[in-house]
Amino acid sequence: MTAAAASLIACFLLLLLACVKPVGLYMANVFEGRPIWPLRAAAPLERWTYRLCGVDPTREMGWQPYAAGLLLFNALGALALYVLQRAQLWLPLNPQRFPALAPDSAFNTAVSFITNTNWQGYSGESAISYLTQMAGLAVQNFLSAASGMVVAIALVRGLARHGAHSIGNVWVDLTRATLYVLLPLSLVLAVVLVSQGVVQNFSRYRDVTTVEALTYQQPKTDAAGTALKDAAGNPVQETLTTRTQSLPMGPMASQESIKELGTNGGGFLNANSAHPYENPTALSNLLEMLAMLIIPAGLTYTFGRLVGDTRQGWAVLAAMGVLFIVLLQVTVSSEQQGNPRIAQLGVDQAAGPMQPGGNMEGKEARFGVAASALFATITTATSCGAVNGMHDSFTPLGGFVPLFQMQLGEVVFGGVGSGLYSMLIFAIVGVFIAGLMIGRTPEYLGKKIEAFEMKMSSIAILVMPFIVLTGTAVAVSTEAGRSAVANPGAHGFSEILYAFSSAGNNNGSAFSGISANTPFYNVALALVMWLGRFWPIVAVLAVAGSLAAKKRIPVSDGTMPTHGPTFVVLLIGTVLLVGALTFVPALALGPIVEHVMLWH
Amino acid sequence: MNSTRPPAALAALLRPALVLFLLLSVLTGLVYPLLVTALAQALFPRQAGGSLVLRDGHAVGSALIGQAFSDPGHFWSRPSATAPQPYNGTASSGSNLGPLNPALTDAVKARVAALRGADPGNSAPVPVDLVTASASGLDPHISVAAADYQAARVARVRGLGLARVRALIAAHTEGRLAGVLGEPRVNVLQLNLALDALK
Repeated sequence: MTAAAASLIACFLLLLLACVKPVGLYMANVFEGRPIWPLRAAAPLERWTYRLCGVDPTREMGWQPYAAGLLLFNALGALALYVLQRAQLWLPLNPQRFPALAPDSAFNTAVSFITNTNWQGYSGESAISYLTQMAGLAVQNFLSAASGMVVAIALVRGLARHGAHSIGNVWVDLTRATLYVLLPLSLVLAVVLVSQGVVQNFSRYRDVTTVEALTYQQPKTDAAGTALKDAAGNPVQETLTTRTQSLPMGPMASQESIKELGTNGGGFLNANSAHPYENPTALSNLLEMLAMLIIPAGLTYTFGRLVGDTRQGWAVLAAMGVLFIVLLQVTVSSEQQGNPRIAQLGVDQAAGPMQPGGNMEGKEARFGVAASALFATITTATSCGAVNGMHDSFTPLGGFVPLFQMQLGEVVFGGVGSGLYSMLIFAIVGVFIAGLMIGRTPEYLGKKIEAFEMKMSSIAILVMPFIVLTGTAVAVSTEAGRSAVANPGAHGFSEILYAFSSAGNNNGSAFSGISANTPFYNVALALVMWLGRFWPIVAVLAVAGSLAAKKRIPVSDGTMPTHGPTFVVLLIGTVLLVGALTFVPALALGPIVEHVMLWH
Repeated sequence: MNSTRPPAALAALLRPALVLFLLLSVLTGLVYPLLVTALAQALFPRQAGGSLVLRDGHAVGSALIGQAFSDPGHFWSRPSATAPQPYNGTASSGSNLGPLNPALTDAVKARVAALRGADPGNSAPVPVDLVTASASGLDPHISVAAADYQAARVARVRGLGLARVRALIAAHTEGRLAGVLGEPRVNVLQLNLALDALK
């Protein structure tokens, strides 16, 4: 690792660590109904909301109505987003006159955004109107993040309460998460991003006259838009010259900020955070990376605070942090090493004061290798999926880390809320395994872990590998699945595995050479996203309800402490064991064999 | 919950779900972006409008969006994988070629040959960013090494002193923010505009 990379990473981790306590404490206060001063001004808005909804905010719910309400809320979101995409041509704020999206594409995108996946089957700047972006996609950026958060809070309440029959009021939790956490943070970040150059307007695309004329070729089409072929069946090329460059416009900054803060990741533009209009400077890049992590990392503190022992939260954060730092090291050094096949061609890949060097295919010059590798590790550690470099062009090991982090179940920080609840489920499984090893009744935070919790936890954990591997298997055995692949050999298999891992874990990043905007992938990935999101959520809320009803067992000599290094190691071991045992065979066929081929 | 039948319980959830969804949609989907737009236009109108670069009052590009250059008297930008033409502002994209893909090595080989063809005397190894496609296809920057590699060619074609061209590069070099953030880089469009303005 170069000194510049090391200082960037050290600087970033310190900043993040400094945010954990204030953000976590703030969120604990919000969910206990005590937002701090400037935001208390929104309290009347909160009260009117409950009145219009016909909700009594003091009345709490059991886990079943809580889950049913959340599913219903998300289903309505999917419906609205689908309609918006299909009707955008007849709605306002569509200066480029983009037509309606195809039904399969609109279905995929609707599911993708309500599940916090934000897989982009479409290309933003050439298909989506401003209204669909801001009133459809961005709304779900907020609401899916809020949905993840409230599930985590409900599970934490389950652990914190005893002898209780309720886990909170889902409408109150959703309102507070949006109003007091996501909106204010997004507003501040959006304005700062504009200062860096992120676009924010409602103008139509701006045509500029370039310095040089550009001559290029493109396939010739007839009046109906079909490609013309010559006598030999080759496409006919026409040569064109242009001095016009059309620059995309739109309300980008307002969407960019919540895209990172809500670990959503679906970009306004096709190139996502690699696009200079979404991520123009090194500072905007730093803020976007920080934004992806502050809520997932802060929630570990919220958890500790709400269960009355902040050490519990730090232990979970430590387990996440260790996994993150080890995997980050792999990505950065692998990308810095570059591509030996390119080095042979008289190309200088050595890092120095004048260039970042390394593997620069699919990376931006302002970020270089270090900030691109760091971004890639963060975006897949969290379930964000925004990208500032093209993962498809990463080195085999550099691409392995994003894939592997998703396959661990998005628990290395993970998504907003989903990271914490998934990690706590692993903690429950971990103490169960430890209990078996030492022959004691497993307990976590004074709650006895019994058959029901274990059944639900197993469901929450095992659904994902099942749907990811099944989806991959179906895709590689069908022509519809294989024909979408862009790269030959092992890398092509990785593209498919990555697509399903990303969908099943609600990440949304891609080895984006894959042409996934086809009916097969749109439907298959939508199903995987849906199941990967809501099946575990129901299981987690069931665990929350069951734990809340239990009595708390007092700490005794036989209690295994869950705040020390032993527990951190146990938790990491559980995550790795489950992740590794399930996915190593598939990974061996993809990035691992590719690495061996590249270097030998 | 247990006392009411499931359909009735679901119906009781419908009103809050629907009303809350509509209220939060208006707040996050209309009020919020309009508020950000108002603040952006008031505080940072140039950035909010796309950081356009003007020459003689006409927009010739954006400081943030790269352009294609092939004139040997200009500095060349990084290769762009956008279709159908490079630096297509409405179709940002990387190549997505994997590291083992023969198409990647073929493309790099052709780019190295083009650079060497335009500057036969230069046998130095080519900086990697100058022969690899960027992630967005719209990268406005090249590394300082990539600018330096082209300095002799530009100086020769324009009949300028090498020192003068190098000084121009130095004047357009952006360093690391606070010594830590970002990579040293040169904005190609702005460097070429400055070059064209030399008379």
